[in-house]
Amino acid sequence: MSANLSAIFYLVSGVLFILALRGLSSPETSRQGNFFGILGMVIAITVTFLSVGNFSSGLIYVLIFLLVGGLIGAFIAYKIPMTAMPELVAGFHSLVGLSAVFVAISAFLNPEAFNLGAPGAIKLASLIEMSIGAAVGAITFSGSIIAFLKLQGIMSGSPITFKGQHFLNALLLISIIVLTYLLCSSQSPNFFWVLIAVSFLIGFLLIIPIGGADMPVVISMLNSYSGWAAAGIGFTLENSALIITGALVGSSGAILSYIMCKGMNRSFFNVILGGFGATEQSASTGNKEQRPVKSGNAEDAAFLMKNASSVIIVPGYGMAVAQAQHALREMVDTLKKNDIKVTYAIHPVAGRMPGHMNVLLAEANVPYDEVFELEEINNDFANADVAFVIGANDVTNPVAKTDPQSPIYGMPVLDVEKCKSVLFVKRSLSPGYAGIDNELFYKDNTLMLFADAKKMTEDITKNL
Amino acid sequence: MEIDPFIFRLSIFILSIFIGYYVVWSVTPSLHTPLMSVTNAISSVIIVGAIIAGLAGSEDNVFTISNILGFLAISLAAINIFGGFLVTQRMLQMYKKRKKDK
Repeated sequence: MSANLSAIFYLVSGVLFILALRGLSSPETSRQGNFFGILGMVIAITVTFLSVGNFSSGLIYVLIFLLVGGLIGAFIAYKIPMTAMPELVAGFHSLVGLSAVFVAISAFLNPEAFNLGAPGAIKLASLIEMSIGAAVGAITFSGSIIAFLKLQGIMSGSPITFKGQHFLNALLLISIIVLTYLLCSSQSPNFFWVLIAVSFLIGFLLIIPIGGADMPVVISMLNSYSGWAAAGIGFTLENSALIITGALVGSSGAILSYIMCKGMNRSFFNVILGGFGATEQSASTGNKEQRPVKSGNAEDAAFLMKNASSVIIVPGYGMAVAQAQHALREMVDTLKKNDIKVTYAIHPVAGRMPGHMNVLLAEANVPYDEVFELEEINNDFANADVAFVIGANDVTNPVAKTDPQSPIYGMPVLDVEKCKSVLFVKRSLSPGYAGIDNELFYKDNTLMLFADAKKMTEDITKNL
Repeated sequence: MEIDPFIFRLSIFILSIFIGYYVVWSVTPSLHTPLMSVTNAISSVIIVGAIIAGLAGSEDNVFTISNILGFLAISLAAINIFGGFLVTQRMLQMYKKRKKDK
């Protein structure tokens, strides 16, 4: 296949990838979008096989490894529970990063196969592109591994910080640039290996100081990195499908990070520099006093809801932990049978990744047109009878609007307290991630339901 | 003077960033998780580089380090491609509209 023809096909698959993302603008067109994505991938892979042309005996191994990878991927995709999506996505990012590193090394060792010159005499531009692809890929890999371990709970979610951390990171970043320069001027493989090793270290150091609830930002950021790594390799391989895709994924992840930061009213650098939970917590525990709260049981909650005409559900990460989404849907079904209007309100950073709650509710068969984003629904709380907060905490704290001293001041929150009554399902009065007391607990119209989210929801359903 | 092909690739890259910017802003927030899993799948188009690396060997030796890294990268990218698209499909199938006649 001629180089021009295959370039055109790569362009086609790039366009199909754009359409795949475009499809996600609404759930109706999304499945078609996914199909475009698959089609684009099939075209890109087929064209690659055809353009290499003269198949060596390596072909059989290529096919075997492709098949093995595909089977593993398919198996994971069918088995993974929806609550584990953040871990899965973090894990997948690490694979993109690692394969970028492998391809970069492979191109470095055998540049003739990629038309990049001979070993020891690789074109300057290719060398720079390779270094960028390998470095970003390595950062993505080790960073995603840490994110995965933190999400999975194998590693503690609390931020790990040490003295001189930022200085060390800055030093390492500068050394990447120096190493790239040395590599280009000497063509010595040793600099390439050191470059990759340092990049692995940066990814590791970059993610360990970030706390568990900042994971939405981290995952989005790593998503973005995996895109830039792909684009770097795309430049090396002079492949437009990879360049287009890399740019798309890179900007997609960057936008998601921005949305997540906005949802927490924190700057991107504030999140990256880390240590939020650790520093604020110590400040707030000092002035802790026992204040009276009203607590109730499932019967009280059922009574309140039965007499309501509209209920707004506010789910959070705790719902995912308790696996309460199905029990919740059953409760809502019962409410609807009693002609009570039920909607769901979702805060941008509810859960551990962007859109996490929406997927869980969709899994529990909640129709997506009953689920609303913060700005769509926030005015409705004043007219609703009952707000049912399940597994959310900081995102409902009215302090964010009233107390400029509070660490979460200025963060957009759901106006839950404006409801006639608030039901707050929670295990205890312990503060949320931000380490501050939730004023909502002590309001007159709040009834605390101390229990496991799933069990409480089931009990309420029985009492309805 | 002839323009270096790199400049054309750079143009594609820059324009694609803008396309990505506008396309992603139009993605509805409720589909942000599928967005992440599908971007994951498509960024694994890096597999084209892995295939080139894997096929590059000569008849007598298909197991140079360069080839082996290619094979491994093929597997990793394939996990992502199949896993990413299938899990996206699985998620999207769950998004349903309210039934009218209820």
